Amino acid sequence: MADSGGPEAAQLSSNDPKGELGDVIPEEARSLLRKMEISVAEAEKRTGKNAVNMLETYTVYLIETRRVDSSAENQNFSPDSLWRRYSEFELLRNYLLVTYPFVIVPPLPEKRAEFVWHKLSADNMDPDFVERRRIGLENFLLRVASHPILSNDKIFYDFLTEENGWKEEVMETGFQPKLFILADSRLKALNATFRVKNPDKRFTELKHYSDELQSVTSQLLRVRARVADRLYGVYKVHGNYGRVFSEWSAIEREMGDGLQSAGHHMDAYAASIDDILEEEENYADQLKEYLFYAEALKAVCRKHELLQYELETAAQDLMSKKQQREELASGTVRTFSLKGMTSKLFGQETPEQREAKMRVLEEQIQEGEELLQEKKTECDEYVRNAWSDMERFTVQKDRDLREAMISYAVMQISMCKKGIQVWTNAKECFSKM
Amino acid sequence: MSAGTPKSLPSSGQKSIQDISHPLSAEESVLTPSPDVGNTTSSLGEKQYSFPLTTSLQAPACMAFIHSYQDLSLPNGTPAGTSSPGSSSSLLNRLQLDDDLDGETHDLFVSVDDPKKHVSTMETYITYRVTTKTSRTEFDLPEYSLRRRYQDFDWLRNKLEESQPTHLIPPLPEKFVMKGVVDRFSEEFVETRRKALDKFLKRVADHPVLSFNENFNVFLTAKDLNSYKKQGLTLLTKMGESVKYVTGGYKLRARPLEFAAMGDYLDIFTQKLGTIDRIAQRIIKEESEYLVELREYSPVYSSWAGCEGELQKPLEGVSSCVSSSSSALEELTEDMSEDFLPVLREYVLYIESMKNVLKKRDQVQAEYEAKLEAVVLRKDEKSGVPADVEKCQDRVECFNADLKADWDRWQNNKRQDFRQLLTGMADRNIQYYEKCLAAWESIIPLLQEKPDIKSETD
Repeated sequence: MADSGGPEAAQLSSNDPKGELGDVIPEEARSLLRKMEISVAEAEKRTGKNAVNMLETYTVYLIETRRVDSSAENQNFSPDSLWRRYSEFELLRNYLLVTYPFVIVPPLPEKRAEFVWHKLSADNMDPDFVERRRIGLENFLLRVASHPILSNDKIFYDFLTEENGWKEEVMETGFQPKLFILADSRLKALNATFRVKNPDKRFTELKHYSDELQSVTSQLLRVRARVADRLYGVYKVHGNYGRVFSEWSAIEREMGDGLQSAGHHMDAYAASIDDILEEEENYADQLKEYLFYAEALKAVCRKHELLQYELETAAQDLMSKKQQREELASGTVRTFSLKGMTSKLFGQETPEQREAKMRVLEEQIQEGEELLQEKKTECDEYVRNAWSDMERFTVQKDRDLREAMISYAVMQISMCKKGIQVWTNAKECFSKM
Repeated sequence: MSAGTPKSLPSSGQKSIQDISHPLSAEESVLTPSPDVGNTTSSLGEKQYSFPLTTSLQAPACMAFIHSYQDLSLPNGTPAGTSSPGSSSSLLNRLQLDDDLDGETHDLFVSVDDPKKHVSTMETYITYRVTTKTSRTEFDLPEYSLRRRYQDFDWLRNKLEESQPTHLIPPLPEKFVMKGVVDRFSEEFVETRRKALDKFLKRVADHPVLSFNENFNVFLTAKDLNSYKKQGLTLLTKMGESVKYVTGGYKLRARPLEFAAMGDYLDIFTQKLGTIDRIAQRIIKEESEYLVELREYSPVYSSWAGCEGELQKPLEGVSSCVSSSSSALEELTEDMSEDFLPVLREYVLYIESMKNVLKKRDQVQAEYEAKLEAVVLRKDEKSGVPADVEKCQDRVECFNADLKADWDRWQNNKRQDFRQLLTGMADRNIQYYEKCLAAWESIIPLLQEKPDIKSETD
């Protein structure tokens, strides 16, 4: 099980060019990040003509990379950089999906803003959305770069470093048609006739888990958005106290000052919710990542199912061929076939005919055996690789979600402390009335 | 029992009323406008009254005026005008001991508690226990404890308004409740009402004039209040003149600035209270909706915990924190509904009744002015002013004096009440946040349990 170190490791290595924190990142990581700092530094709006020659506005993101030399010399290398747009990230990811089907490929940040609560904008051009997407894209790159297998991919490396010609390069790998197969497997999974006879129990459980994870995280995100909405309302209404206390204080003598200052605190209280909820969006993004990871998990399960199906089909075909050979040899017809019936009706075959058939069958059986062996190997290898990545993923997920919950709790604590502070201040003002 | 002739009280001689301390006033110069009454008072000196008050009158004449309103024979048979508490001498004695309103002798303690439901064939209603502890001689016993229902409080308040029209009578909680909307017998409603009734009695008990009102005494002591109520009706008819005077329908020429300021203040204050009430209601509504969402939020974490291995405990922990926050929030909204809103509404009622008193005062003044004018227009060159005009003038002056004193007292009480109300609101919010804080802080160690996980606390 390879612990790839995750994005924290990436952060550490980017803050730690001298590699002094080398102990924290396990030696077997072999990740790209030991050699290179990666970040998505900026986002910019561009306008250009698209494929159908129409003007469109889109956002591009600046990817910066810098070589990290463990021999302490490297501080002032200026970073290399290039601009990429979201669709190119999508291309990269699809390529990775096809090329490493047994890997739980890190997800991209959402294409369109979902789970918004009323104050948040659902507009893709909204600066807050763009900013959060920039962070999400950076996170994606760091995750890929810290994956023991994905990080070694040349196309990935070129994505980070080759501005021109990357698109053509990735197309040449021919991954796109294979993408259809992936999509096809999705359809097949829905098809009732596509059924695996001896499903691998572990993968069944995994698929079940991925469904649950997907369902629960999307539910959580929806409710959290509603909670945020309501909380916003509660805080903002308190701002009205500010105004009315101020107006009231105008007709009071002794009570006036206390009321007025208390009113200011109520205004501060109402204003504080904006920052609080903005910070909470980070937590939502962390949850979203795992919502999308669940989908990646499902893809791995589906691919396995497909392989298993092919294996079983191959075995089935082989068995039926062997049976035919047996029948041919012994002359008994156990299986019903139109040919068999016609030959019965219209006379037996000649020995030459039978021999020819036998030869064909033997060939087919030979091919079948080879195919079966191939499929078996493929399947076993897939299971091995997928399971290894699954274990890596589980460790990463448990760690990441635990940290997400800690930071959520910390946010709640901070919110409570601020609340206590404001109301204590207001109470002091009231007591001086 | 009739309104006897006023006993001649010790006179302070021929002094202008402006120079004499009013018996009921706590301050030296009673006619200085209250400092609380807005900026308009800054320019008012001691003698800024717009209606003619040139004749020097004996202040004690005002006391005679008071006597004509009170029932002069007390239940214990003490004849009027001797050492009755209504007499100015004992009043003066008492006031000489105290320097300010807050330092009044507290020799009468009342409380309202222990609500109980009574079911009879005719109706179902709630009674409250009214307990009195006192050292006053006007009471036969030092302690009383009896049961009263809302109707009785309502009767008392009406009697006080009738018999002490120049004073500000504290309000009662609302009489009518919409059946089907509010459950008259729910714990919350009864408790809210009990608190308001308790406050009402305490305010009356603390008032230097109202607390000596005979009806109040009867309310606190009589075993059979209903028969007394019937008795009281005959009294009412004999009080004819005193009750009717407010329906004069005279037009006021110029309201003294001081009382105009009071009216303005009350108008604006009512407005602000209304706004605060609306804001508080809105907050409660938003908080309730927030609570609904929180209640959906917590179980999702629980069901997620169900499909996880290592993350199960942390997720359960988060779920329980959210639940704790929900409970704390529920308490907060309940408290605000039960304790905060009713007090605001009570004050709005208080102000309504105060505005009525101000109107009455205007009427009394208008009547006086009209009569005075009538006299002036009459060509009879009688020396001196006819008795009934003099009486009117007395009324005006006493009313003004009573009102002023009550106003000061009211302002003081208002300040205390709102200080208490608002600090209470702040306290409840602090408690809410403290509960949530405790829950979330307790979960941090649980979340950090695994030894090789990096922690991210501030």
